[in-house]
Amino acid sequence: MTRTFKRIAVAAALLAALSVSDVSKSRAASKATPPPPQEWSFSGVFGTFDRAQLQRGYLVYREVCAACHSMKQVYFRHLTDIGLSENAIKAIAAESDVAGEPDEDGEPTERPAQLFDRLPSPYANDNEARSANNGALPPDLSLIAKSRVGGADYIHALMTGYLEKAPAGVTMGEGMNYNTYFAANQIAMAPPLVEDGVEYEDGTKASVDQQARDVAAFMTWAAEPEMEERKRMGIKVLLFLIILTAMLYAVKRRVWSDLH
Amino acid sequence: MSAAPEWKNPVVRWIDHRLPVFTFTHHSVVDYPTPRNLNYWWNFGSLAGVVLVIMIATGLFLAMHYNPSVDQAFDSVERIMRDVNYGWLMRYMHANGASMFFLVVYIHMFRALYYGSYRAPREVLWFIGLFIFLAMMATAFVGYTLPWGQMSFWGATVITNLFSVVPFFGDAIVQWLLGGFAVDNPTLNRFYAFHFLLPFVIFGLVFLHLWALHVHKSNNPLGVDIKTDGDTIPFHPYYTAKDAFGLGVFLIVYFAFAFFEPNLLGHPDNYIPANPLVTPPEIVPEWYFLPFYAILRAVPDNFIDIWGILPILVTAKTAGVILMFASVIVLFLLPWLDRSPVRSARFRPIYKQLYWLFLADCIILGWVGANPPEGTMLVIGRLATLYYFVHLLVFMPLLSRYEKTRPLPDSISAAVTPQGSSQSAQAQGA
Repeated sequence: MTRTFKRIAVAAALLAALSVSDVSKSRAASKATPPPPQEWSFSGVFGTFDRAQLQRGYLVYREVCAACHSMKQVYFRHLTDIGLSENAIKAIAAESDVAGEPDEDGEPTERPAQLFDRLPSPYANDNEARSANNGALPPDLSLIAKSRVGGADYIHALMTGYLEKAPAGVTMGEGMNYNTYFAANQIAMAPPLVEDGVEYEDGTKASVDQQARDVAAFMTWAAEPEMEERKRMGIKVLLFLIILTAMLYAVKRRVWSDLH
Repeated sequence: MSAAPEWKNPVVRWIDHRLPVFTFTHHSVVDYPTPRNLNYWWNFGSLAGVVLVIMIATGLFLAMHYNPSVDQAFDSVERIMRDVNYGWLMRYMHANGASMFFLVVYIHMFRALYYGSYRAPREVLWFIGLFIFLAMMATAFVGYTLPWGQMSFWGATVITNLFSVVPFFGDAIVQWLLGGFAVDNPTLNRFYAFHFLLPFVIFGLVFLHLWALHVHKSNNPLGVDIKTDGDTIPFHPYYTAKDAFGLGVFLIVYFAFAFFEPNLLGHPDNYIPANPLVTPPEIVPEWYFLPFYAILRAVPDNFIDIWGILPILVTAKTAGVILMFASVIVLFLLPWLDRSPVRSARFRPIYKQLYWLFLADCIILGWVGANPPEGTMLVIGRLATLYYFVHLLVFMPLLSRYEKTRPLPDSISAAVTPQGSSQSAQAQGA
């Protein structure tokens, strides 16, 4: 009898654990299809970023997304991490101007961006961003992979999930686009990626799917640039702890042997 | 139990004669007589202590880089994650440490429920434990506000608003808590101050908790008192070794989260900077508050119609808040609600079953708390809330009176050692 109740408790715990994770998934994506899981180089305990892919993703961000979306938490200096040389980054940074120190008369100045600057934002503030986007605010993308359920899978799905025409029976808001994976299926952002919309330096064919995949990888890196170091350290820490715990178990058995 | 040790080292002897820290330590953690039959459920007290120390240590480093202003808080946390050396490690250990702290303490509390550790003469020990739990909840709540994400902001808004149900002074209390009319910079500043202070309050309470523990010593799985020296073993090396092994297992679980799924227990919305103008689709607390959240939302909106006269006094919101606080307060009464002559569920056949139902009920409450309060979910939440109180307020007193308990062993050693059991068998045969 007690066994039965114990089983009920354990079953309730499992059910709750499953459904809580399930709920958090369905919550953000309410009414939207969950993003299909993709294969990523950075999945799993041993996963690492594909540097070439991150660089391609950065190109997509720079040439497409950056027209409307900021990435304020990322600095140019961070980009050495995706395998770009310092000189290459300096050259990219210098293409955009940022506010400099006031000059000797106190007038505002501009100077080319440098390594220690944040990636430039397309708009001066949220109001300008809304005004330029039909009232919608393009979110900052620095943490988008962490702040959306599904992470990279979701970004890839969103980029590739547009339908040209909304399914019959769906009334679209003015200027809205139908996206299978967006909450409530109506998104203000027009389909951002087109076939060969960018030209990859490494010769990879820039299909919409490829661009979506690359930019999702780049966003994941931008959200958790520490991921590789974290996993590397985690493996060492866990290996150490497993061996230590096994030894502690032997010690415990030894110490207690005179009592049993 | 040996007498005060002779200290051979002259410096130690000199200090100990003036301030007997070495003798005290020897008595409290080396020589300390501990029941010989404690199982692994007794590991969780020391684990909670270790987590508290980890939380204070990682929190200190985070505090050195965190900036408690509404314009800087979110960015300063991201700076910790990206630019501060091992800042990501400190933050993920701290964030997951909070979850682990509650996990460990919940197991610790349910262990006390199963083996009747709250029973006389350990009522004050139980009280201090509950005060630690309340202080932990306050610390976790203000701490969750600090990253200044969407859930931080809206969680703080919802919870501080609960105090508006206090008659006459409600709004004044909310303003006083917030330092204004809404969650804003003064709120963040004071929450940060409290988040730094409260862990040390917990630390002090832990000291009292241990003091009270050491007066009557640990309870044990049999729930019978320590009678002879044969019932106990010295804490060191037996339980130091056992606790060390348990700590190893715990750290593996903890670090598996911190290094490989650091955001699994968090809410994605908290990586969106706080925005007072945009309410998230749903406001949910961290997992460890979900059962209480379910109780808070369990009261029907038409409570007024059901109770007739009562609504003049309390609205549904008020009743929900009262129930939520009552769900913790009622635990203080447990030593008097449970008057069974027997402590441990091992010898209480009916309580043993109800215990598992109660645990299942708490887990179901947590599951309900994670879902929107509508439809079947709301019905389940109400029934589970009802059962929570019925178990504690009705079943516990009734059981104490009518449950037929199994015979207790003569002593710990009689039950768990071969010599002891053969002796008691002989005694029974004779």
